[in-house]
Amino acid sequence: MADVALRKVVKRYDDVEAVRGIDLDIADHEFIVLVGPSGCGKSTTLRMIAGLEDISDGDIMIGGDVVNDVPPKDRDIAMVFQNYALYPHMTVAENMSFGLRLKHYPKAEIKARVTEAARLLDITDLIDRKPKQLSGGQRQRVAMGRAIVRNPKVFLFDEPLSNLDAKLRVQMRIEIKKVHQKVRTTTVYVTHDQVEAMTLADRVVVMNKGRIEQIGTPNELYHKPATRFVAGFIGSPAMNFIPCRLEDVGGTLQIRLTDRIAFPLPPARAARYNALPRTDKLLLGLRPEHLTESHAHLEPGVETFETVLDVTEPMGMETLVYFGLDGTPVCGRVNPNAGAKDGAPMRLAMDLNNMHLLNEETGVVL
Amino acid sequence: MADVVVERGRVARATGARKGKSLRNALGRKSTVAFFLTLPLILLIALLVLYPAFYSVHLATLNKAMTKFVGLGNFTFLFKRETFWMVVQQSCIFAITAVIFKAMIGFVVAHFVHNIPAKGQRKWRGMLLVPWVIPPAMSTLAWLWLFDPSYSAFNYTLSFFGVGPIPWLGETFWARFSVILVNVWYGAPFFMIMYLAALKSVPDQLYEAAAIDGANWWQRIWYVTLPMMRNIIAITTLFSLIVTFANFDIVRILTSGGPLDTTHLFATWAFQVGIQSSDIPLGACVSLFMVPILAVAAIFILRDVTKRGNEA
Repeated sequence: MADVALRKVVKRYDDVEAVRGIDLDIADHEFIVLVGPSGCGKSTTLRMIAGLEDISDGDIMIGGDVVNDVPPKDRDIAMVFQNYALYPHMTVAENMSFGLRLKHYPKAEIKARVTEAARLLDITDLIDRKPKQLSGGQRQRVAMGRAIVRNPKVFLFDEPLSNLDAKLRVQMRIEIKKVHQKVRTTTVYVTHDQVEAMTLADRVVVMNKGRIEQIGTPNELYHKPATRFVAGFIGSPAMNFIPCRLEDVGGTLQIRLTDRIAFPLPPARAARYNALPRTDKLLLGLRPEHLTESHAHLEPGVETFETVLDVTEPMGMETLVYFGLDGTPVCGRVNPNAGAKDGAPMRLAMDLNNMHLLNEETGVVL
Repeated sequence: MADVVVERGRVARATGARKGKSLRNALGRKSTVAFFLTLPLILLIALLVLYPAFYSVHLATLNKAMTKFVGLGNFTFLFKRETFWMVVQQSCIFAITAVIFKAMIGFVVAHFVHNIPAKGQRKWRGMLLVPWVIPPAMSTLAWLWLFDPSYSAFNYTLSFFGVGPIPWLGETFWARFSVILVNVWYGAPFFMIMYLAALKSVPDQLYEAAAIDGANWWQRIWYVTLPMMRNIIAITTLFSLIVTFANFDIVRILTSGGPLDTTHLFATWAFQVGIQSSDIPLGACVSLFMVPILAVAAIFILRDVTKRGNEA
């Protein structure tokens, strides 16, 4: 087991820069998830750590040693691929033991390790089958088993759950977390699914256009996003971004959303945003759960307004409501019993204590 | 296919209720329809393959004048002739050696071509296929000139190194070497293109997984490439073995079986015995000997193909 460090790592393909100088420190035993939209450079970064791609610039260190020119087999890593990459002509046991056999481990030890990994992953009964005879979920377990038996310094996962159906994905997500809790191997996991990222990671690395946008625990990313990209990428349904501007009215700082909707900011927020120029083009970032139905007793900082709903989506435990504010589509989450109906007027409450204010041009959260 | 079923069902309905029903049932079955649809091809194959095959069996049981039934007389006569056993031996040496070299060269060249960047690959693939697309009768004539003992390019070039002249087609060893060389030159591109297709179907991720598992390039070939290509290798080898075993044109043009019949194959010897020496029954008898030998090879090579086909 070991820590992993990336120093100003760059990957160029001809004249395209896929990864643009990223720095990342991954602690021993840590579970790190690289997340971002397709083409953001997350898989390339993982493959550079694995040694499957050369790096154009910078350094990659595993356990303190620079491994830039070390071939994959000597990096002491194990990787789980999106398509599992199981050897179709080998049985499950042969697949799992392949790496150990190449390294000439004693037969007894190979058997012991394979048996232990199979027990851990609950695939003991499948040990003599060929990959063809396994379901997607079982293949995924075998691929993980192949990684575990090697007892490597680092586990690398490249979108391992993308090929599974939604239900199995949730199940395997929990399995992966359980396995990590047991073996505690440093893990780098790549996904484009922010739910997977949030549920699995000790820390999440959000990537966009070859750069790291933000690194943080799932809660930090959710509650304190640094940029508009992170704020919009993490969370489902996504955060609302409503054009707004700040005004001073009678000594209090107000946020104006439309000609007829303007609210005074809560004192803490007002103090924070007071120094901002009033001319800046701003965006109010508000998660759907902070736009709910109006109550009789509202907390300070929660303001209400009347709107006409466009569409409602009953989800069972909540109802998503969609409406427009001066043409900007906005989503809210209301109680299923609050009486939200398509095309009907409704009084909604906006929790400004949980608001974010963003600079529209730079995308930075202020 | 459904249209045909309906059409035939309609016709059957018109010919009386009871009879119509059973006929309609029979015609309605997919297998029956499939049989009728393939019938023209079955008849064609029967005409072009089965009839000549059985006719040659019939011929092999006649005397030289084709007037009397002699049973297995021709076969027992062949068994006693030394030349026959030499032809069996030479056919096996020729086919096995040529196929092994074609397979090895094809495998190596396919790897080289596979690793050429996509841009230039088509050009190389096309050029490497040239020997295979030239009619062998034509290209062998060029080889015949190259092998000429006095005026050939080979011996001329070798003379600069103080070697030769080599009697390429005049001495048993060199004549056997030469016919095998030309056959390898002609057949290797076929293996190359088949192996290249097989190589392209191996997912890159398997190599990456193997690289991470600690396999060096040789272990990657041994544990990933070869097992993934097993079926293609088996089928290509069998196909080539049959074609090489039955080769006619290369030997016919280069040596006509000489010197002293030592380069004869079944086909060229059958031609010589049957057509040139006008003993058609004996010629038919010679060519029939290829069947059991190739059948044994086919059984050995294709033994596991269907089973393995289910793995991937």
